[in-house]
Amino acid sequence: MTEPPGGDAPPVLALRGVSKAFGAVQALRDVSLELFAGEAHALAGENGAGKSTLVKTLTGVYRPDTGQLLLDGEPVEFHSPADAQNAGVAVIYQEPTMFPDLSVAENIFIGRQPRAALRRIDRGAMHGRAAELFKRLGVALDPEQPARGLSIADQQLVEIAKALSRDARVLIMDEPTAALSGAEVTRLFNVVKALREQGCAVLFISHRLDEIFELCQRVTTLRDGTWIASEPVAGMTHDDLIRRMVGRDLDALYPKLDTVPGEVALKVHRLTREGVFTDVSFEVRRGEIVALAGLVGAGRSEVARAIFGVDRWDAGSVEVNGRGLPAASPTAAMSAGLALVPEDRRQQGLVMEQSIERNIGLTGLKNLRRGPVISRAAERDRARDWAIRLQLKFNRLSDAVNVLSGGNQQKVVLGKWLSTRPGVLIIDEPTRGIDVGTKAEVHRLLSELAADGLAVLMISSDLPEVLGMADRVLVMQEGRLVAEIPRDAATEESVMAAATGRAS
Amino acid sequence: MAPDVTTGALGGSLQRFLRWDVLVGVLLVFVFAGGLTGSPQFGNIDNLSFALGDLGEIALIALAMTLLVVAAEVDLSVASVLGLSSALVGNLWDAGWAIETIIPLVVVVGALCGLVNGLLVTRLGLPSLAVTIGTMALYRGLAYVVLGDRAVAGFPQQFTDLAVNDVPGTFIPYPVMLFVALAAVTGVVLHATGFGRSLFAIGAQVEAAHFAGIRVKRIKLILFVVASVVAAFAGVIYTFRYGSARADNGSGLEMAVIAAVLLGGVDFDGGKGTLGGVIAGVLLIGLLRNLLMLNDVSTEIQSIVTGLLLVISVITPRLVAAVRQRRRTPTLTTQPTPEG
Repeated sequence: MTEPPGGDAPPVLALRGVSKAFGAVQALRDVSLELFAGEAHALAGENGAGKSTLVKTLTGVYRPDTGQLLLDGEPVEFHSPADAQNAGVAVIYQEPTMFPDLSVAENIFIGRQPRAALRRIDRGAMHGRAAELFKRLGVALDPEQPARGLSIADQQLVEIAKALSRDARVLIMDEPTAALSGAEVTRLFNVVKALREQGCAVLFISHRLDEIFELCQRVTTLRDGTWIASEPVAGMTHDDLIRRMVGRDLDALYPKLDTVPGEVALKVHRLTREGVFTDVSFEVRRGEIVALAGLVGAGRSEVARAIFGVDRWDAGSVEVNGRGLPAASPTAAMSAGLALVPEDRRQQGLVMEQSIERNIGLTGLKNLRRGPVISRAAERDRARDWAIRLQLKFNRLSDAVNVLSGGNQQKVVLGKWLSTRPGVLIIDEPTRGIDVGTKAEVHRLLSELAADGLAVLMISSDLPEVLGMADRVLVMQEGRLVAEIPRDAATEESVMAAATGRAS
Repeated sequence: MAPDVTTGALGGSLQRFLRWDVLVGVLLVFVFAGGLTGSPQFGNIDNLSFALGDLGEIALIALAMTLLVVAAEVDLSVASVLGLSSALVGNLWDAGWAIETIIPLVVVVGALCGLVNGLLVTRLGLPSLAVTIGTMALYRGLAYVVLGDRAVAGFPQQFTDLAVNDVPGTFIPYPVMLFVALAAVTGVVLHATGFGRSLFAIGAQVEAAHFAGIRVKRIKLILFVVASVVAAFAGVIYTFRYGSARADNGSGLEMAVIAAVLLGGVDFDGGKGTLGGVIAGVLLIGLLRNLLMLNDVSTEIQSIVTGLLLVISVITPRLVAAVRQRRRTPTLTTQPTPEG
C-alpha cells in the first residue's frame, strides 16, 4: 500500500521538524514522523542514529529544542512521561520491569486497581478485566499467576495489556524481539497485527530487517540524527533499507568463506547437567563455524557455560585438542585454548566501569606480567593492537567501556577473548542488539578467523545469521540436541521445524 | 555511539584533582596545619610519635580491609580476632609458654578465624556483612572463654619495648615501620599486580570476573585469611603496647578501620579505591583522635567523631555523584542506551 491508512484523518501522533541537542552533540536534526491509526511503522537506523532520542521525545522524557509534537493534528507539549501516557502513548521496552511478587493482573492495574466497598481492591473485577485484555490480544495468560517466572515475551505481553488498559492509541516498541525466540516473535507479531486492526498506531524498532519487512507498512530511516526517508515498505529490498541506514553500500552481511575443516578441536561427549540439558554430544573442527540453534530456553547458553566451566556438569566429558577438561574451571578451559564470548556483555562480558585496556587485559593477567607486576605498557599495547584490528571507535583506551555503543562494547569483548589466542571460540549471540554495520564486521571477522583455523561454536537466535554463517547447524530443543543440519540443507523451515519439535 | 561531551582535557585534569582520595590528602594537610596552630603539644615529636604508634593496629588492619572492600566484601570480626589473640597471648603467657611459641600459634589461630569467615562466605554464599557480624560476637566470646575478665600483665620488656620504642634515630615506632613496609607491599599488590586487577574486577562485576577465568572464591578466601592473620598479629602488638592482655582489647576498633578505609575513598560496593587514599584516611582519623585527646575531649565524643566521619565518607561521594548526574541529565552519556 502506498497511502498511509486512515484516509483523511490526521496522524495520531506526529513530529514536525524536531531538533534536539545535548551540548555539542546534535542528536536530532529537523526530524519529522507521522504515525497513523492502524499502521505499524518501522523506525530504522544504526546505533547512534537518534532512534532512542526520538522515542524519548515522543514519550515526554525529552522536550524538543525546536519543532512540534502533534496529537491528532493539534500541537501538544509533553512535560513528563506521565503526560505522554495520559495522551495514550505507551512504550514497551525490550526487557520490561515487573513486580515479581505481584500477580499478572496486579502488575497491569498497579496503582489503578478497581475498588470494591471500603476501598478494598476488587480482585474479581481486576482479574476479569485482565482476562478481557488478554482475550483482546488473543493470548493465553493467566491473570492470577505471579509475574515471577514469566518469560520476557510474556512480560512484554503484560506490558502491552497494561498499555491497552490505559487506552493507549500509540504503542512504541523498542527492540521488543531482541530477546525472543522465533515462536515468541510470531506470537508478538500476531498481537501487533490485532492491535493495528483495532486502530492502534505502532512504532516498531528492530535491528532485524526481516521483521520490519514482515510486520510494517511504512518505514522511517534516520542517519546521524537526520531524517532520511519515510516510505512504504512494499517494493523495498533489504539492500535499499541498509543503504538508507548506512549511507553507502554494504558488503554482504554474511561474508562466509569456504573452508576445509581440519582435525577435531572441541569434542563434547554425552554432556549432562541435570534439569538443564541432557546427553549433548558434538564436535567442532578447526576452521569450522558450527551454529547452535534453538528456541530461547532450549539450553544452548547453558551448554556453552558448562563447556567453559562457568557452570558444573554432572556427567559426560569435554575435550579440547584431544585433552580432557576438568569440570567447572574457566581457568583450566582458558589454558586449554578455549574462549567464551558470553551472552550478556554488560554483566558477563565486561566490567562496565573499567577502561577498555583493563577489560581487554583481564584475560591475560599472566601474560602481561613483568616480574611480579603488570606492565602497563604491555597492557596498553595488547589493547591497542586489538582496538585497531577490530576497528574499535574510541577516544582513549583509558575510557570506561560503558561510554561505548553496544557494537563497540561487543568489539571489546571480542578483543578481550581473541587476545588470548584461543583455538576454540564459543560465541553466544555474537551480534545481539548491535547495528547492521558492526554486525557485518563481526561476521567478516568470524569468517576470517575460521579460515585461519579457529574452531567456532556460535550460539544465535538470529536465524539469518545462523544460516548465513554456519558450516553446520546443531539444533537443541528442551535440553537435548535434536538435529544436525549441514549448510546445504539448512533453511529457516528445517531449523525451526527441528527447534520446535515438528521434525519427524 | 554516544560521544563523551562531559570531559574535555581541562575537565579531565579538574576531575582528577577532585578525586576523593586527593581531597582527603588535602584535608589531612589542613588538619595537620590546624593542629600545629591550635595546640602547643601537637607538633611535639614525642606526641607525633605517640599518635603514630597509637594508630598502628588500625593502620595495619586497614591495609587488609582495603583489599576486602575493593573486592566488595567486608570483615567486621577483625577487632574480635584482635581481642581473641590478646586473650590467648595472656592465657598462654600466664601458663608459662614462651612468647616465641605464642606468637606463631596466635597467628595460626587468626588464620583459622579467617578461614571460617571465608568459607562461610564463599562456600555457602552468605553475605560477608552478616557472616562477620556473627563471628564478631563469636570470636569475642571465645576471647572471654580463654581469659575471662582477667587482665594479664608482666610481659618481657624486650617485647613491650619493640611495641612502643622508636626505630633508633627516628621518631617512628617499630609497628609503624612494619606498617610502612606492609603498605608498600599492599600498594604494589593492589595497583600493579594481576591479583590486584582481579580484586577490582571482582568488586566491580563479579560475574564478568568469573567469566574471565578469575578464581573468585579462592581469592576471597585468601583475603579473609589475610585480614584475620593481620588482625591476630595486631592483637599481639596491641597487648605488648599496653602491656596488658584482656579479652575486651580493641573492641570497637573495626569501626575505626572501616571508617578509615571508606574515608580513604574505597567504595563500599567494591571495585573502586586507592591505597594512597586509605593511608590518608588512616592518618586523618589518627590525627583527629590525637587532637581530640590533647584537648581533653571525652572518648564518647571521639566515638561520635569517628561515627560521623564514617557516615560522611559514605554519603558524600553519593551526593557528589547525584549532583553531577542531575547537572548532566539529560545527556547522551548518562542515559541507559539499549541501542547505543
